[in-house]
Amino acid sequence: MPRNFMRHVYGWLLLTPAAILLIAFTHYPTIATVINSLFSKGTAIRPSRFVGLANYEMMIEDPIFWKVLANNAWFAIGTIPTSIILAIIMALLVNRAIPFRSLVRMAFFTPTILPMIAVANIWLFFYTPDIGLIDQIASFFGIGGHNWLGNPATALPSIIIMTIWKEAGFFMIFYLAALQNIPPELEEAARLEGSTRWYYFRRVLFPLLMPTTLFVMINAVLNSFKLVDHLFVLTKGGPDNASNLLLYYIFESAFSFFDTNYAATLTVVLLGLLAVMALMQFYILDKRVHYR
Amino acid sequence: MKTSRSLSYYFQSVLEVGAAWFLALLWIAPLVYAFWAAFHPSEYAVHFDIFAPLTLANLREALSQAPFLRYALNTFILVTMVLIAQFVLCTLAAYAFARFRFFGSDIAFALVLVQLMITPEILIVENYGTLARFELIDTILGIGLPYMASAFGIFLLRQAFKSTPKELEEAARLEGCGVFGVLWRVYVPLARPTYLAYGLVSVSHHWNNFLWPLIVTNSVETRPLTVGLGIFGAPESGVDWSIISAATLMSVAPLLIAFLLFQRQFVQSFMHAGIK
Repeated sequence: MPRNFMRHVYGWLLLTPAAILLIAFTHYPTIATVINSLFSKGTAIRPSRFVGLANYEMMIEDPIFWKVLANNAWFAIGTIPTSIILAIIMALLVNRAIPFRSLVRMAFFTPTILPMIAVANIWLFFYTPDIGLIDQIASFFGIGGHNWLGNPATALPSIIIMTIWKEAGFFMIFYLAALQNIPPELEEAARLEGSTRWYYFRRVLFPLLMPTTLFVMINAVLNSFKLVDHLFVLTKGGPDNASNLLLYYIFESAFSFFDTNYAATLTVVLLGLLAVMALMQFYILDKRVHYR
Repeated sequence: MKTSRSLSYYFQSVLEVGAAWFLALLWIAPLVYAFWAAFHPSEYAVHFDIFAPLTLANLREALSQAPFLRYALNTFILVTMVLIAQFVLCTLAAYAFARFRFFGSDIAFALVLVQLMITPEILIVENYGTLARFELIDTILGIGLPYMASAFGIFLLRQAFKSTPKELEEAARLEGCGVFGVLWRVYVPLARPTYLAYGLVSVSHHWNNFLWPLIVTNSVETRPLTVGLGIFGAPESGVDWSIISAATLMSVAPLLIAFLLFQRQFVQSFMHAGIK
C-alpha cells in the first residue's frame, strides 16, 4: 500500500518542474488571450474594461484582417501542393542508384537547416530590382525592371517561391522513408505486366504514399501559419499588406500599434485555426495512417 | 522488340540522372551564389568572372559593422542552456509518464501535448507580459524559458523509456538502485539515440528561431545571431550585398558545418522529429 501510494507522489514530483513551465507559457497564456480579447484597449486615462464581443465585431469589419486571412490561404495554396509534388519528384530521383546520389540529396536537403532569416537575406538580393539575379536574367529576355517585392501583385508569389525552395527538401525525407518501405517486387511485377512507369506511379506508388502525403500536408499547413520570419526582412507585410500573414499582423498589432487586446482577438482566431487542424490530425490522420 | 525496349529504358534512366543533377544544381544555386558574393569584391556580386579575385574583406567588414561574435556567443549560450534544461525537465516528466501510473496521468499527458500545437511563439503577446512581470525582458534566460519544458521532448523520451524492457529495471532494483538510480543507470543510457535525435532538432531549431528572440531582446548583449542578422540585413540599413552574404554565411556556418559532418544523423533526427 505505501509503495502504491508513493507511485502518485513520485509521478507528480517528477512532472512538476516541466508542468510549471508548461502552464506558465502555454496553458495560462492561452486562457489569458481569450479573456483579454473580451476587454477594451486600456489607455492612461481610460482603463481597460469588459466590452464583450466588441473586439470581434471590430475584427470582422477590419479589411486588413480579411486580407491577411486570404493571404494565409493563398500562401498555403501556393506553397503546399508545389512543395509536395517537388518533394515526391526529389524522393523518386534519389531513391534509385544514380551517380553522386548523396550530393544530390544533400543539395535538396540543405535549405531545410538554414534559418528562415538567412534564406530571406539571400533571396532578398535575387528579388532586387534591376541588379538582382532574377531581373538580370529577365532583362536578358528583355523583360527586366520589375520590383518583385515592391509590387502588390508579385510580393506574395515571390515569398511563396522562396518558401517552396526552403521546404521541399524537408518533405522529401518523409517520402524517401516511405519509398524505402515499399517492396521492390511491386515495380517488377508492374513492369512484367507491361505497365508504363507513369501508370505504376499513378495507380500503385501514389496511393501507397497517401498516408505520407496527408501527414506532410497537415504539417505544412501548420507551418504556413507559424512561419513569418521572412516577412521581417523581405516585405514587412507590404506593400499595402499584400504579403501580410496572420501571425505577422498579430505582431504588428501588439508591438507596433500597441493594441494588445486586438492582438489577443486575432490570436484567438489563430488558436481556433490550429485547434481545427489538431482535431483533423487526430481524427483523419491517426485513423488511417501507419507511420512505419 | 526487346532491345528497343531496353534501349528506351536506358534512355529514360539517363534522362532521370540528368533531371536529378539539374534539380540539385538549381536547388543549391542560391547558396553557391551567396558563397560567391561573400568571397569576392562587391563589384563581382552582380557579374560573373571565373578569375575574379578572392577576398576576405567582406567578412572583415561585416564583423566590424556589427558584433557578430557577440551574437554568436549569445546564440551559443541560448542553445546550450535550452538543451540542458530540456534534457533535465523532459527526462523527469517522461520518466513519470512512462513508469509511474500516477493519478491523473492521462489528463496531464493530454495537457502536455497541447504544446505540440500551440507553440510559445503563437502566444507572443501574453508571454511577453509574463516575462515583463518577472523582469526577464532582454535576457537570454527570457528567450529560452518558454521552450524549456518541451512537449515534443517529453513525448519522444516517453516513447523511448516505454520501449525499455522492464526486466532491466527490476534487475537494477535488485542491485539496490532507487527511483533515480534506475533512471540514471538504465533508462537514460538506453535512450541515447533519442537524446541525440532530439538534441540535433532542438539545437537547430533554437539556432534558427527568430520571432520570439526578436521580441524579447533589445540589446547587443542578449541578441542571438538570427536577430542580429535580421537587423543587419533589413533593406533600410543599406548595407552592401556582399557584406550581407558574408554575414549570413558566418551566422549559418557552424550549423552548416555540423550538418555536413553529421548529415545522416541530421536527416534521421528531422524525420524522427516530424513523425510526432
